[in-house]
Amino acid sequence: MSEITLSKLAHSYSAHPTGEADYALKELDHVWQDGGAYALLGASGCGKTTLLNIISGLVRPSQGRVLFGDRDVTDAPTTARNIAQVFQFPVVYDTMTVADNLSFPLRNRGMDPAYIASRVQRIARMIGMEPNLRQKARGLTADAKQKISLGRGMVREDVNAILFDEPLTVIDPHMKWELRTQLKDLHRQFGHTMIYVTHDQTEALTFADKVVVMYDGRVVQMGTPDQLFETPAHTFVGYFIGSPGMNLFEARIDRTSADLQGSTIALGAAYGPIEGRAQIGIRPEYVLLGDEGLPVTVKRVEDVGRHRIVRAVLAGQPMNAILPEGTALPADPRVTFAPGKINVYADDWRVPPLLETTA
Amino acid sequence: MDKTQNNKAWFLVLPVLVLVAFSAVIPLMTVVNYAFNDTFGNNDFFWAGLDWFEDMITSDRLHEALGRQILFSAIILAIEVPLGIFIALNMPKSGFWSSFCLILMALPLLIPFNVVGTIWQIFGRVDIGLLGHTLAALGIDYNYTNDALDAWLTVIVMDVWHWTSLVALLCYAGLQSIPQAYYQAAKIDQATRWSVFRYIELPKMKGVLLIAVLLRFMDSFMIYTEPFVVTGGGPGNSTTFLSIDLVKMAVGQFDLGPAAAFSLMYFLVILLVSWVFYTVMTNLDRQETQ
Repeated sequence: MSEITLSKLAHSYSAHPTGEADYALKELDHVWQDGGAYALLGASGCGKTTLLNIISGLVRPSQGRVLFGDRDVTDAPTTARNIAQVFQFPVVYDTMTVADNLSFPLRNRGMDPAYIASRVQRIARMIGMEPNLRQKARGLTADAKQKISLGRGMVREDVNAILFDEPLTVIDPHMKWELRTQLKDLHRQFGHTMIYVTHDQTEALTFADKVVVMYDGRVVQMGTPDQLFETPAHTFVGYFIGSPGMNLFEARIDRTSADLQGSTIALGAAYGPIEGRAQIGIRPEYVLLGDEGLPVTVKRVEDVGRHRIVRAVLAGQPMNAILPEGTALPADPRVTFAPGKINVYADDWRVPPLLETTA
Repeated sequence: MDKTQNNKAWFLVLPVLVLVAFSAVIPLMTVVNYAFNDTFGNNDFFWAGLDWFEDMITSDRLHEALGRQILFSAIILAIEVPLGIFIALNMPKSGFWSSFCLILMALPLLIPFNVVGTIWQIFGRVDIGLLGHTLAALGIDYNYTNDALDAWLTVIVMDVWHWTSLVALLCYAGLQSIPQAYYQAAKIDQATRWSVFRYIELPKMKGVLLIAVLLRFMDSFMIYTEPFVVTGGGPGNSTTFLSIDLVKMAVGQFDLGPAAAFSLMYFLVILLVSWVFYTVMTNLDRQETQ
C-alpha cells in the first residue's frame, strides 16, 4: 500500500493533440493519500474513466508521471502495479464456479491453498454469496455477477488501491445501499486506498471521505462533502452537487454588495475587484421566502415529499428555492439570502472573500 | 370484443410451398419410389420392398466408403477447428490489416467448388504443377495419382485451404463480441495467456464454434466435387467417399434402386448425426446454466 501521485498528468486519445480540446484529461497534479476513500464525481465523458485507467495501467498517459509511493510506474504494465479494479458491467468467468471466480486472482499469484480457501469464505460471506459458492457463474443474475466482480476486486489484501468504475450501475437500488455500506466497512477494516468513480452524487457523498469533482477533463474541486456543498470552487460543482443545484445570478460586485439589475444584495463579506464575468451563487436551501427582501415571480411549485421546490424568477433570472414542509407560500413572495452563504464567481471559478485570503 | 380471425396470410406462403414441392419434395419422393422398386425401363416398376436397403447395409463397398468418409471428416475437423481458432486469435482486431485479413480469408470461400478442385489438380501435378514439380525437384516422391497416401494428403490440404477460413471467420466474429473489460480484468487478475483463452475466449466462442463444427461436419461428410475433380475417387477406391460412390453407382452403373436406397440412408445418417450433435451440445449448455 502506498500513496499514489499523479504528476503533470495529461492524456489525449489522438496521437497528435493540437489544442486543449483534444485532451480527454487536462494537465493535473494530484495526490491520493494512502488509505483514503475517494469518490471521483462528474458527468459522463468528463475523463473519470480515463483517469482511472491511467492509474490501473490500462491506459498510458500522453504526458506526466504516475508514482506509487516513490516508485515511478508510468510505464509499468497493469500486472506489475498490484491494483484491483471493478468495472461498470459485471466481468465474471462464466464457466468457473463462484468460488473459482473469487479465488482466481489469488491462484494466479500462487498463494497458499489454505489461505485462499479462508479468504474466499470471508469474501463470500461479505457479498452474501456463501450458498452459491459451488454454482457456475453463468446462470446468475446481473446483480449476483456484479457482486462476484466486487468480491474479486477485494479478495487480495495487499493491493495498492482498489478502483471502482461505476460498479453499482446494474445493481438493484436496495442492494446498492447495502453494498456501498459494505464497501465502507471494508475500507474501515483494511484501510485500502479506494477510488470510486460515479456520476451519482448520493453515491459519491455517502461513500467517500474526499470527493473529487471533474468537469471537462479537469479536476475542479477536491473536498469533503460539506466543502462541496458550502463553498463550490466552480459553478459546475454548485450546479452538479445538490438537488436542485445552486442558483447563479449575473451580478456586479461592489466590495460588500452585489448589484442584481438595480437590486442590491449584501454579500456578508468583502471582495476585491472582480475580473471577467461575475456571478453570485446561492443554494436553494439558503434562499428564504418571506414578506421581506426582493420581489420574485413564482412560476411553479413542485412537491417532492419532504419539502417543496419553488421555481421562480428573480431580477429576470431563474431561481429555485426550497420551501420547508408546513411553510406556506406568501401571497406577495419576496426573498432574502441567508447571510454568509453567498459565493462569488469570476469566470465560473470561486473568488474567496478578502478576509478569507488574508487569514 | 372478439378479435377478427383472418388467416389469409397463409396464402402468401403458397408460392414458396409450391417451389419447395417441385425443387425438393417431389424429387425426394422419386428417390423414395426408386428405393422400393426395381425397373427394367419403360417405366415398368416391380415392388422390391426392403431388398435394396438390405443389399446396401450388407455391402462391403458401402462400408469401406463410409469408413473413409468418417476418417476424412474426423481429420478435417481435427485440423480445421483448432487451426481456425488459432488464426482468429492472431488476426488483427481493428484497423486496415483487420479488413485486409478478412478479405483475404474470405477469398477461398468465394471460389466455386470445381474450380478449387481444378486449382489443386493442376497445382499438385508432378509434370506441370507448382507444388508437384517443386516436391519432385526436392527429391520427394509425391504423386497423388499413384499413391493413396499422397492422394489423401492432397484432398485434406485442399479442404483445409478451402474451408479453414469459415471456421476462422466465425471464431473471429465471436472474439470481436468480447468486451474489452474482460481482457482488462484478466490483466488485473494476472491471468496467463492460456487462462484468458480457456476462461474468456473459448466460452464466448462456444456458440459460433458449435455452428462451425456442425457446418464443417455436414459439408465434409457430403464432400463430392473437389476430390472428384482432383482424384476421381482414386487411386483405386482410396479417395472414394460416400457421395462419389453414390454417383458412380447411380450414374456410372445405372443401379438406380440400390443408389436410391443408399441416398436415403445417407441423408438420414447426416440428419441423425447433426441432430444428436446439436442436442448434446445444447443440453450441455443447459446443464451448466443450472
